Amino acid sequence: MAVKEFEKPELQEFTTIPKLVEEATSHLAPFKSKEEFQQSLGYPGELVDNWEDVALDKMGDLLKRYRSLRVYMDSCIQCGACTDKCHYYLGTKDPNNMPVGRQNLMRGVYRKHFTLPGKFFPKLVGAVDLTKEVLDDWYSYYHQCSQCRRCAVFCPIGIDTAEISMAAREIMDSVGVGQKYCNEIIGKVNKIGNNLGLPEPALADTLEGLEEDVLDDTEVDVKFPLDVKDSDVLLVTPSADFFAEPHVDGLMGYAKVFHQAGISWTLSSHASEAANFGMFIGSYDNMRKLALRIREAALELNVKRIVFGECGHAWRVAYSFLNTLAGPFDFLDPRYPVPQHICEVTHDLMNKNVLQFDKSANDDKVLTFHDSCNVARASNMGDIIGGQFTLPRDIIRATTNNFYDMEEETIREKTFCCGGGGGLLTDDLIELRMKGAQPRMEALKRVVEDHGVTHMAAICAICKSQFSKAFQYYGFELDQIISLHHLVGDALIMNKKEL
Amino acid sequence: MSFVTIFYGISFYVATLILFIGLSYRIYEYATIPAPLKIPTPPAPKTKQGVAVRLIREVVFFESLFNATKWTWLFGWLFHFALLLAAFRHLRYFTDPVWFWVSWEIVQAAGHYAGYVMVFGLLGLLGRRIFVDRVRYISNPSDYLMLILIILIAVSGLMMKWFHTDIYAVKQFFLGLMYFQWTELPSDFILLLHLSLVLLLMIIFPYSKLLHAPGLFFSPTRNQPDNARDQRHIADWAKKLESKR
Repeated sequence: MAVKEFEKPELQEFTTIPKLVEEATSHLAPFKSKEEFQQSLGYPGELVDNWEDVALDKMGDLLKRYRSLRVYMDSCIQCGACTDKCHYYLGTKDPNNMPVGRQNLMRGVYRKHFTLPGKFFPKLVGAVDLTKEVLDDWYSYYHQCSQCRRCAVFCPIGIDTAEISMAAREIMDSVGVGQKYCNEIIGKVNKIGNNLGLPEPALADTLEGLEEDVLDDTEVDVKFPLDVKDSDVLLVTPSADFFAEPHVDGLMGYAKVFHQAGISWTLSSHASEAANFGMFIGSYDNMRKLALRIREAALELNVKRIVFGECGHAWRVAYSFLNTLAGPFDFLDPRYPVPQHICEVTHDLMNKNVLQFDKSANDDKVLTFHDSCNVARASNMGDIIGGQFTLPRDIIRATTNNFYDMEEETIREKTFCCGGGGGLLTDDLIELRMKGAQPRMEALKRVVEDHGVTHMAAICAICKSQFSKAFQYYGFELDQIISLHHLVGDALIMNKKEL
Repeated sequence: MSFVTIFYGISFYVATLILFIGLSYRIYEYATIPAPLKIPTPPAPKTKQGVAVRLIREVVFFESLFNATKWTWLFGWLFHFALLLAAFRHLRYFTDPVWFWVSWEIVQAAGHYAGYVMVFGLLGLLGRRIFVDRVRYISNPSDYLMLILIILIAVSGLMMKWFHTDIYAVKQFFLGLMYFQWTELPSDFILLLHLSLVLLLMIIFPYSKLLHAPGLFFSPTRNQPDNARDQRHIADWAKKLESKR
């Protein structure tokens, strides 16, 4: 199945609300998961014969286990407040990409099978049977949602489409229709420990290479320890940080911070992945299984703290769910929150003057900052309301001289998703990804034109990969997206006498 | 007892039962289904008190809707606020002696003019449904009918300004229903229309999108404090998985 050519959207000065075009992206759907990957996660390998019954049973089960799903199925007023809030709607014009349009694909089935008016007056309330066509629509459009929760911020009831997308994916997995990208990756983590399938020897080799790079670059012997017992900190970071650009510069930044602060730290080959794709497919079981690897690694390595690297969805699972899934963490140092974000660590050391910066090292750049959706709308930092917005910006201001925010409607809790989150960062969805990036690209273009912004910093592995592609597509330069801790690493004044 | 009195008397008993039992059951369901994960949206309060403040702001000001779309907020908020004022005015039919503040001239007058504001707000919402392509796309027949139903309730109520009915007898009728001493209900057409539509609204409430009213209070994105790192939050069904650890 080759990816078809598609029309390139033209960036506008302001993001405008398009007139809807029905079926505009009904042709988009990611590759389906192979039998072996389905089965390794505990799902049927292919569409089961009595799939309608299995799907409805699963839906009934989820409605009893997730209040979010139940309340959100019932409570939508169809007021339209969310209709212009999704980056995929703005980019594709497809009404099923309006959050309520997407929700209604499931709500129709819910009404038909779980409510009286839907049973007696289906036409009146838009109730539909769960047919193969409906299932196909689910597969297409529930994989056109990056679970970024922008709609949930604006909904008067707080209906979160991510919860519904997750439930839909769990239902589809349970009848044997899974997505290749997510399910293969979860399989790799279960087997090897990270999304990339990078085994321990290769990881050790990579880290050694990074030590040499940093030594050449800074003349400081910064270590990248792996599986070192009794370290203070277990660093759990997205595996893209080990060699993808611009991610790896971020990892070097974290290492420099730990080195300069004199904090002993280690990576783990057992938990060499921060991202938790179990969340994307709405599977509590799979999410928990992946999260437990981090607990196991922390116990095995006898660390005192757990710190997460720059990864948006990872940080959501870490900050909001880790205590639930794999807690309690009473064996760790109670003086630190569990887990911590690398930005919290850096910010804290910065405030205590443990870290000194030479801002001029970043004078070749004019910065803006992209609030990654899952950090912005599903987590916190520093235990102050809005800390997830202020801490990264404080760090940028401390390490650079030139910083401009993008337009208010497109940052902080109103930030636009990069277009590749929620398990959609796969080439079979490239049309969706590029169209979904449009609102962010438009906001970026404005600060590039108005303030001469040269670089956009981000704290999410998916954002960084997605923008690398989207930047080239929309006529920016590939290297204009950088890791926040790249800035930190470059500006940090290192103690060279140790050599 | 006229047929009209008996019919409406029984109907109001039935509708009240459906409304209260149906709504209570829904609230029971919402309250007992667990929310297994912490999913508050920003700006998320850290404490239960903070959550209470957040919910009050949502209920009183429709804060999120205000941030989303000003027109829908304007029409929606005017309608709901006017509905509240109109409800206050109507309390005089169900209290004897009438609660002192209900009999205040300002409460009665506000309740009257609120009827017009309600109609204005509802027509605005209906207009959006018809003329904004995105809202039209998501609208089912029931979405239009719901607006039309409430518009007709408001209009029929306002029309009694011109088509007089014996409101003292209406009050006696409702007090009679409440205290099981039935009296005759005047059989004026506009009054009966008004009451019939209200009956319909009461009956469909627990089965319709009007459940957004209790739903808001049980919405995990809005009613959870953001304290996942400090307090372990775990659902009963999830706890059972832990024995396998």
